[in-house]
Amino acid sequence: MNLSNYLVLASLLFAIGTATVLLRRNAIIVFMGVELMLNAANLLLVTFARIHGDLQGQVMAFFVMVVAAAEVVVGLAIIVSIFRTRRSASVDDVNLLKN
Amino acid sequence: MPILRLLELAQAQQQAASGFFQSSAWLLVAIPLLSAAFLLLAGKRADRWGHWVGVAASGLAFLFGLGVTVSLLGDDAATRVRSLHLFSWIPAGSLHLDAGMRLDPLSLTFVLLVTFVGTLIHVYSVAYMEQDPSRRRFFAYLNFFIAAMLLLVLADSYLLLFVGWEGVGLASYLLIGFWNHETPNAVAAKKAFVMNRVGDLGLIVALMLMFATFGAVDFTTVFHAAPAASSGLLTATGLMLLLAACGKSAQFPLQAWLGDAMAGPTPVSALIHAATMVTAGVYLVVRSAPIFEGAPTAQLVVVIVGGVTLIFGAIVGLAKDDIKKALAASTTSQIGYMILAAGLGPVGYALAIFHLVTHGFFKAGLFLGAGSVMHGMDDQVDMRRFGALRKFLPFTWATFALGWLAILGIPPFSGFWSKDKIIEAAFVGDGWRPWVFGLVALIGAGITAFYMSRLFFMTYHGTERWTNDQHPHESPRLMTVPMIVLAVGSAAVGGLLSIGGAFTIWLEPVTGHHEHGEPVLSVPVITVATLALVLAGVFFAWRQYAVSTVPTTPPLASGMTRAARRDLYQDEVNEAVFMRPGQYLTRSLVYADRRVLDAGVNGLGRLVAASGEVLRRLQNGFARTYAATMVAGLLILLVVVLVFQS
Repeated sequence: MNLSNYLVLASLLFAIGTATVLLRRNAIIVFMGVELMLNAANLLLVTFARIHGDLQGQVMAFFVMVVAAAEVVVGLAIIVSIFRTRRSASVDDVNLLKN
Repeated sequence: MPILRLLELAQAQQQAASGFFQSSAWLLVAIPLLSAAFLLLAGKRADRWGHWVGVAASGLAFLFGLGVTVSLLGDDAATRVRSLHLFSWIPAGSLHLDAGMRLDPLSLTFVLLVTFVGTLIHVYSVAYMEQDPSRRRFFAYLNFFIAAMLLLVLADSYLLLFVGWEGVGLASYLLIGFWNHETPNAVAAKKAFVMNRVGDLGLIVALMLMFATFGAVDFTTVFHAAPAASSGLLTATGLMLLLAACGKSAQFPLQAWLGDAMAGPTPVSALIHAATMVTAGVYLVVRSAPIFEGAPTAQLVVVIVGGVTLIFGAIVGLAKDDIKKALAASTTSQIGYMILAAGLGPVGYALAIFHLVTHGFFKAGLFLGAGSVMHGMDDQVDMRRFGALRKFLPFTWATFALGWLAILGIPPFSGFWSKDKIIEAAFVGDGWRPWVFGLVALIGAGITAFYMSRLFFMTYHGTERWTNDQHPHESPRLMTVPMIVLAVGSAAVGGLLSIGGAFTIWLEPVTGHHEHGEPVLSVPVITVATLALVLAGVFFAWRQYAVSTVPTTPPLASGMTRAARRDLYQDEVNEAVFMRPGQYLTRSLVYADRRVLDAGVNGLGRLVAASGEVLRRLQNGFARTYAATMVAGLLILLVVVLVFQS
């Protein structure tokens, strides 16, 4: 297996995720970007675990998935409640604390 | 047997009595102090009788002082220096200060002078201040003045002396500015206070020097350790003490406040000049004798200061038309004699104190006489507006005449016994000193005779030069009786205390026994020369101010006279040399403070505020911007890690 393939793929995924988070306004899409970043990290964890023949990386990946799932639950709940009150899911409209 | 028993009992009782007086000597300070506090707190209901409380407190202090003195006289001469420990004042680790009193002939001489003359002045003030609505407050201040002065002379350490010293300064400020509803009086009080502070600085520095060298400030330790200290250090301490003395005693160059201090009521002037204030400097110099003896340079400076002041005061006295200011100038001059004597070394200490005592009597009498004249002349002080008052104020004239003869030094009046001895002592020594100092003292006596006679003749003799509606009248008994007592003192005290050198012997436990050397001129020659000069002064004054007519406005005069009328430009010099530069200094310091220090501190504040203004823009409320910031930070960290790893 060629390590650089995995690294390039993970980097691409991370970059796409980051760009999504930074550039999109819709909170749901931003969330998807975050998920992409997390999974890019997961991919690297698994890759290196495989190369080193060590299970720790894979265990770590599972942890990340679990925590991400919990985070998605909380995050989506927040987004839904914001959408209900403000009729918008845009992250730029969430500025009540600013003023 | 019974007689012996009785004698023993009597002796025991006497010892008990002397023990009581000596161990409760703190009452001397406490009585007038309590009376002052009472009078200030009692309020209006004490207005009608409060002044008698003040008189009683002062009188009681005098009787108590008499008791202490008599009990001390009962002791052996060698043991006449008593220390009375009162309480532990500042116990702070290795620094331990006790408050205590020192009962010895020197301090008790002062106690008796201050309380006796003070009591007479109190009595006089009862009548003099009768019309004043705040007479009670006046007596409270007088009592406080007495208490502060007694604390000053009874203290057994320089620090406790300093407390009394400051108290005297405060009391003088309150009393000089007693009629402070008029601006010049308030200004005069402030001037006195500020000039005194300059002197106080000297005492504070001297205290620090003593702390640093001897580790103590009580007289016993300091005087014990002084002979072993380096002469440079003793000189510095001595000069600082002299500065303090100059401030309090109105000696050159800090003499300017005394003339203005005449703004206070006349009894205050009498008190300041005779008993409670200007004598403190002489006391300090004489008390610090062991320090000065280790520092011949400082001693020389003391003599020079005394000599300069005695001539300075005499010259100013020649030209003053204000009766009180002329007397004030004469005080400056007479204190100059005392300081000169104190600087002459062991020979002079007793003479300085002796002259101080006789001066206390005649100067208080002269001031009370001047007050009596003002009382009869509607507060007129211009001597050119007096004249021929002898008929109208017979008692004042007679008492004033005795004071005048005493200050002139005509035998057998008091001043002769003390001043003549000082002039003699000034002629003792080798080289140029006896000639210079002796001649200065001799000429001073001549000038004194002239201006005091001028004052006397202008006031009581010659022609009437009053303003139209004045009806001079003799003062009431309450005023004349103290004047008579002081006049008797002016006449007799000097002679009585000189019998067999009684006063010198009485002071010997403090000053030590010293034979005075042979003067460069023989004693009879000096005495005759002094008397000749004095009589010449009287004659010229008589011819000019009693026989010929005195103009009611000051005539045009030479530059010297004009200078003397303006106190030899002392105020102008002080203003040009100290006040204006001082003001410029403070102004430039304020400027520097605003432009440099404040600017720095304020600039720092503005920098923080401005940077906050810039950084504030980062918090724009857009979640994506925050995310971008995080990413940027992450990238920077990454780059840094990679760069430093390779």
